Amino acid sequence: MLHGAGVDVGSTQTKATILDGERRVVGRAVIDTGANVTRAGERAFEAALKAAGLVREQVAYIIGTGYGRYKVTFGDAQVTEIGCHARAAKLMFPNTRTVIDMGGQDAKGIRVGDDGDVKDFVMNDKCAAGTGRFLASAAEALNLGLDEIGPLSLKAKTPVRLSTTCAVFVESDIMSYLALGKSIEDILGGVHSAIASRTIALVRRVGIESEVTFTGGVSCNIGMVQALADKLGMPVNVSSDSPFMGAIGAALFALERAGAKVEAQAEAAR
Amino acid sequence: MSLVAGIDIGSKSTKAVILDAQRRVVGRAKVRTRPDFAGVAREALETAAREGGVAAQDVTYVATTGFGRYNVPFRDLQITEITCVARAAAFLFPETRCVLDVGAQSTRAIKLRQAGKVKEFKTNDKCAAGAGGFLERAAKYLEVSLEELGTVSLRADNPQAISSVCAVLAESEIINHVSAGQSVENIVRGIHDALASRAQSLLSRVGVEPELTLVGGVALQAGAVAAIEAVTGLKVNLPDSPETVGALGAALLALQRLEKRSGAAAA
Repeated sequence: MLHGAGVDVGSTQTKATILDGERRVVGRAVIDTGANVTRAGERAFEAALKAAGLVREQVAYIIGTGYGRYKVTFGDAQVTEIGCHARAAKLMFPNTRTVIDMGGQDAKGIRVGDDGDVKDFVMNDKCAAGTGRFLASAAEALNLGLDEIGPLSLKAKTPVRLSTTCAVFVESDIMSYLALGKSIEDILGGVHSAIASRTIALVRRVGIESEVTFTGGVSCNIGMVQALADKLGMPVNVSSDSPFMGAIGAALFALERAGAKVEAQAEAAR
Repeated sequence: MSLVAGIDIGSKSTKAVILDAQRRVVGRAKVRTRPDFAGVAREALETAAREGGVAAQDVTYVATTGFGRYNVPFRDLQITEITCVARAAAFLFPETRCVLDVGAQSTRAIKLRQAGKVKEFKTNDKCAAGAGGFLERAAKYLEVSLEELGTVSLRADNPQAISSVCAVLAESEIINHVSAGQSVENIVRGIHDALASRAQSLLSRVGVEPELTLVGGVALQAGAVAAIEAVTGLKVNLPDSPETVGALGAALLALQRLEKRSGAAAA
């Protein structure tokens, strides 16, 4: 059977996904990116192969995406993560018009067309405010795990107002609130609210239309899903495969091109 | 013996300096800041007292500065870090006209009048680009100690550009340079250059003129000092203990307050 693979090399984590010809996920893996980006891509791909019970020769086409996509030297082609997120969001939630993607160091808004094509997009370029890193800094300052902060933020009674959206300043801001005796829940409520506002302001630049699909690593955070939905005044789609959306989109492109490659080979054989 | 102390509660570390009535430094200390500002201030004070071989109870007047200055119940006085740093820089180097203070999260350019009074200042209030805390993370990525980071850039032969716009985004630039096989020397030089360029943009807004005194933890990095000297075209004054200059300033102002008070009492 025909398989396509997507390898998404992000700033923090590298994700790989393998789809079968029916566009079902048959294998996936995630590892920390680290300093050796090419090696990270290879390791993630090999782990996904193993999870799928496949060997390399059974994958017809590999596409790299994410900021390290040009380092996926064993791949066949590269596609931007923006195209990949749009395509995957459309596959999972066919009525998607807007994608909000929050990763380790980036925040993006994508307006999606009827075929899952990208109509317009916007991203942070000069500043890491409003990215996963802000949440990671907050978790570190509070000595909590990244998986703990979202659920705790939902218990906020009177969320604090942060004076910053800078991922560095947030640490001292939090320390000041702790010194004032504010609860961890209220501080985290403020953290999630500040980042949701910042991200929505960014995404508004491409126009926000229902349905909204939330992708990227930060979409695993239930507190951020809730904060976005509250501020947008509409529900937000989140897939259980959320962190893999870039890799899934890349694998979808890989499947299409693998199909074209097989047809071309058949054509040549005739 | 009557002693005074200045305690500077910064975002990463808390510093204490104890002075005697003759403005001599009796003891100084630095400890890691934690959210219990009162406890950490007490710890810094006691460490400085121990280092100076004096009793913490003999410190009769305490001035606090830094972002945690209001949260120390045993303080007698609190003063902004800008005022403290200016006063101490002029005390150490009387010809100081400008002070550049690069701390963990804040970079401040201060222009002085005579006698260490602040004329004007600019600070990075919305963005941490160019602040020193970034160096600690960079050292971790590059797998060198903070001390090595300070000098390694002096040996650069092909400096790599690191953007000076965001301390977080610069981290992926560093990773890119590492994976492209660039030497640690050249990458760190890029980091020091970016920091210096950010500092220069603050300095130029207050108008830089000699003498320039450099304070804050970044002054311990010879490579950063060289980059700042290159970009400003000025030879900078370097205090012996650049990290505790804010605390020294607080102690000096504490002493001044005490002297005024006893002068008034005598009159």
